[in-house]
Amino acid sequence: MAKMSIPIGPQHPALKEPESFLISLNGERITDVAMRLGYNHRGIEKAAENRSYIQDLYLIERVCGICSHSHSSAFIQCVEEIAGLEVPPRGKYIRTLVGELERVHSHLLWLGVAGHEIGFDTLLMYSWRDRELVMDILAMLTGNRVHYAMNTIGGVKRDIDEDQAREILKAVDTLEERTKYYIEVATHETTLIQRLSGPGHISKEDVLKYGVVGPTGRASGVGRDARRDDPYAAYPELDFKVITDDHCDVYGRTLVRVGELMEAYSLIRQVLKKLPAGDIAVKAPRRIPVGEAVSRYEAPRGEDVHYVRGNGTDKPERVRVRAPTMANLQAVAKMLEDNNLADVPIVIAAIDPCFSCTDRMVRLDKGERVGLGPASESVDWGSLRKRGIEWYRSQGIDFAELNRKFEVRG
Amino acid sequence: MSERRTEEELRSQLLAAFPALEGRIRIARARRVWVEVELPAFRELFERAVKELGFTILCIITGLDEGENLGFIYHLADWGGTMLNIHTLAPKADPRIRTVTELFPAAHIYERELVDLFGAKVEGLPSGNRYPLPDGWPEGQYPLRKDWDPAVLDAPLEATAGGDTTGEGA
Repeated sequence: MAKMSIPIGPQHPALKEPESFLISLNGERITDVAMRLGYNHRGIEKAAENRSYIQDLYLIERVCGICSHSHSSAFIQCVEEIAGLEVPPRGKYIRTLVGELERVHSHLLWLGVAGHEIGFDTLLMYSWRDRELVMDILAMLTGNRVHYAMNTIGGVKRDIDEDQAREILKAVDTLEERTKYYIEVATHETTLIQRLSGPGHISKEDVLKYGVVGPTGRASGVGRDARRDDPYAAYPELDFKVITDDHCDVYGRTLVRVGELMEAYSLIRQVLKKLPAGDIAVKAPRRIPVGEAVSRYEAPRGEDVHYVRGNGTDKPERVRVRAPTMANLQAVAKMLEDNNLADVPIVIAAIDPCFSCTDRMVRLDKGERVGLGPASESVDWGSLRKRGIEWYRSQGIDFAELNRKFEVRG
Repeated sequence: MSERRTEEELRSQLLAAFPALEGRIRIARARRVWVEVELPAFRELFERAVKELGFTILCIITGLDEGENLGFIYHLADWGGTMLNIHTLAPKADPRIRTVTELFPAAHIYERELVDLFGAKVEGLPSGNRYPLPDGWPEGQYPLRKDWDPAVLDAPLEATAGGDTTGEGA
């Protein structure tokens, strides 16, 4: 069978984010995968050095649109450690609460995406409908659906009252019932089980070798979870299981995530039951002393790692961010090996990738960007289209015939 | 999980193997140990930490601009949740470090960041696409160095030959 290479991306067919995979095939089977990342690079680490810690908090929150609380918490834990601030217990519990609500929203989102990738759009409709419940709760607590801005240096910004707690518990009851149904579907629905079993297999040894994190690693039997191993916020006082599975494939990752949803509901109930009285934040200085700290946070997709170095001013000397997708992507090539081309979307989606997290840093405001034209001007449709055609041509794919057929007139 | 090794125990283990580290090990808090090491001794310490002391997780590599030198922090972790952060320096005039991809194959992406953003020279780095800057990014521009100013990009630039495979810079 003839060998061939297929470029997938940077406009990805499955995800709404840019990355590029060059897939080598022998017939239908994948023999090799080369990745090109960086399309979402926004210069956040550099930008953080030119802003105050409080401004950075909002900037870092925008590393990701899904796990915004994870990044801001990982960052702020570093800053608080350098400044020697002890967050009051109530502040820690509220941080944990938002973190677990975020996990629920992220995992339900993933479940829908996974359903969509395998042509099971009913699951997408169901899980995204249910996800609205948790989005409403987050909006009620913080004022925002995604960038909650709940953290502040030294604690959290908003307290919660009993009415809100009641609303949360009501939503959690419904979500738990719905999740039980998804577990039922995931463990009994033959079509789903057969479609997800097999693709994206990665052994426990390879998970350890490549440093795979989060539900992806836990689905290959590696029980690594920063909430338990390197505890922060209120987790040392809460009771939860680290869900693992030994299917090692996309199916295993599905089971781990639905299992984690159930744990998240239990954690939310524990937080609301034990919520200590008192202050939600301590006053933080504007200038953060000289020092450095590194923190880990178990985001829905895996371990976020942040490093901050302070230099005694109100701006950090250095901020370093590592999102879980960065750690997991390295193993994707391994997961895709010897799979069918048709399994590419679900295998990539199964690590729950987030490319805006992975690429962060170099903001360009104006001037000539190499090969892209003036960055400060908007790109019109015609030149964008032209660039796309040329890029594909450089990859050996020519749309000239089709272009003539669908010539845009006007 | 078995009994967690205390930070003091780790300090003694490190000192037993590397007496020269006396005074260069800092215990910041529970689970956080920082070590300063000279570049020539770095490799042996790093390998010992990974192979003998159980630090089999590489969390990240942080690059730093420290005036005359580039700084590198290798953030390692063990399965008890302790992080061992090994800091070393290489002169900016010749910022040469050796790859750690023999021990951590996935580390190449962190090392490529050091190459693109700080201008580090990583010996033994496997070939592959650059990351994270675009192909055709001008030579000698390292955005995370402190003296780098985005204004240099305001001047029209000659597109240099592209990177390895995507042909984007063409």
